[in-house]
Amino acid sequence: MNRYSAWAVFKNGLTGQKNWTRQWRDPEPKKAYDIVIVGAGLHGLATAYYLAKNHGLRNIAVLEKGWLGGGNAGRNTTIVRSNYMMPGNRQFYEHSLKLWENLSHELNYNVMFSQRYHVSLLHSPAARDAAARRYNTMRLTGSDGELWDLATLKAEIPHLNYDNARFPIIGAAVQKRAGNARHDAVAWGYARGADSLGVDIIQNCEVRGVTRSDGEISALETSRGTIAAKKVGFAVAGNTSRLWQMAGLGRLPIETHKLQAFVSEPLKPLLDHVVVFGVGGAHFYISQSDKGGMVFGGDLDWYKSYAQRGNLPIVQDVAECATSIMPCLGRVRLLRHWSGVMDMSMDGSAFICKTPLQNLYLNAGWNYGGFKASPASGWYFADLIANDRPDPVIANLDLDRFRRGVNIDERGAGPDPKLHG
Amino acid sequence: MIRINCPFCGERDHSEFGYGGDASIEYPALDASMDEWHDAIFLRENICGMQSETWHHVSGCRMWLIVERDTMTHQIKSVRPAHDANAAVLADLAAGDQS
Repeated sequence: MNRYSAWAVFKNGLTGQKNWTRQWRDPEPKKAYDIVIVGAGLHGLATAYYLAKNHGLRNIAVLEKGWLGGGNAGRNTTIVRSNYMMPGNRQFYEHSLKLWENLSHELNYNVMFSQRYHVSLLHSPAARDAAARRYNTMRLTGSDGELWDLATLKAEIPHLNYDNARFPIIGAAVQKRAGNARHDAVAWGYARGADSLGVDIIQNCEVRGVTRSDGEISALETSRGTIAAKKVGFAVAGNTSRLWQMAGLGRLPIETHKLQAFVSEPLKPLLDHVVVFGVGGAHFYISQSDKGGMVFGGDLDWYKSYAQRGNLPIVQDVAECATSIMPCLGRVRLLRHWSGVMDMSMDGSAFICKTPLQNLYLNAGWNYGGFKASPASGWYFADLIANDRPDPVIANLDLDRFRRGVNIDERGAGPDPKLHG
Repeated sequence: MIRINCPFCGERDHSEFGYGGDASIEYPALDASMDEWHDAIFLRENICGMQSETWHHVSGCRMWLIVERDTMTHQIKSVRPAHDANAAVLADLAAGDQS
């Protein structure tokens, strides 16, 4: 791998930009691998990278039915934060945030991680009390968090709607180390890093069947031939149930729902932070990309769907949220909107676990939170696959937790997947 | 917009409805084993394709409906009342109105 550096930019500038090499190979699939990861999204690529980097494993392939980073990796609002409170989640997302903080250096790839503050607006004393509990828990467990009163918030973000009679803003819960990143760069950085360590990333390779023998997966039938594997990892959020059923494993505590996101035409700098507005029926989060587009999203479409396209009622909902919290957006035109399909789990938390098949490992159930989770998800999933046992941090991210009465339910919404937004 | 042909109200936008979920789940008896309840509450087939699901016409007649809908194309194959007894009472009332 050619390292990127100021010197490389300088040298290639002098030689007409003709000597840049491709970032990863496009290999033909081999007949067999030690480890096959299905899904070259952020989680699959990060897993392959850490398998090679942390565990010294080499004979690894990542299979992708489309192009790498073309699923939910390219369909999110790129928010990174660790304001989770439940045991397990707390440590997991904090570890992820720490990985984010060094990710550009780790990958020698600018993922444009910007710690621009995550500002959750508060609208009632009850919300402030709940935030105080959550953010104090964060501070007591090695993270950062603070509560802003109204004066501080107004000084920092003067152009929110402070005259909203229905949902008056009384302050905000803030995590300063949180922010956002460039989603494509994360996928490309992990792909380039994994590839340079010998991982084969095989695109346009759809898994169409799973061959089992003696309680194990022996091979995957793909659109590019049969690929044998000693260990298999599924990281295909949104389509987990389909692959699970191909493997003959039946039902999962997951429903597939779609979530839309939006970007406006580019504007001059308008919003320095990630701002979240959630009260009553409203759910809205917004930031501004480096190109100037306002990037925002809201609720699920509320009905189960595998279609990667959004429906109009949510466009209206989200537009209403946008103009109620930032009226200055009223005349801004929408550039694009898109939809991703995601695993909504029964308690809103993920699965990184062993499965009923001895050599199959599962990474699934990321709900709304897959983007920020991807570094730690790859880190712990690689550790699980390499050592065949879960790290204590992910001990409860198994499929059997509901049977044990362990619900990692940050929202307290109960076993209804669509409510865990 | 998905259009749902409510048997009581006619064809309406899906935004008038609340989404229930998988209608194929059969809840076990109250004294059934923990395992049976676990499976009914927590496990889903999560079909990609035609599935049977419940919708609540919450901004209309407030009746629960069973809708066969494709989760990939969103095409609706059939709509029927979830509770036949309620439907029969309503049908009787409607017949009474006409006489």
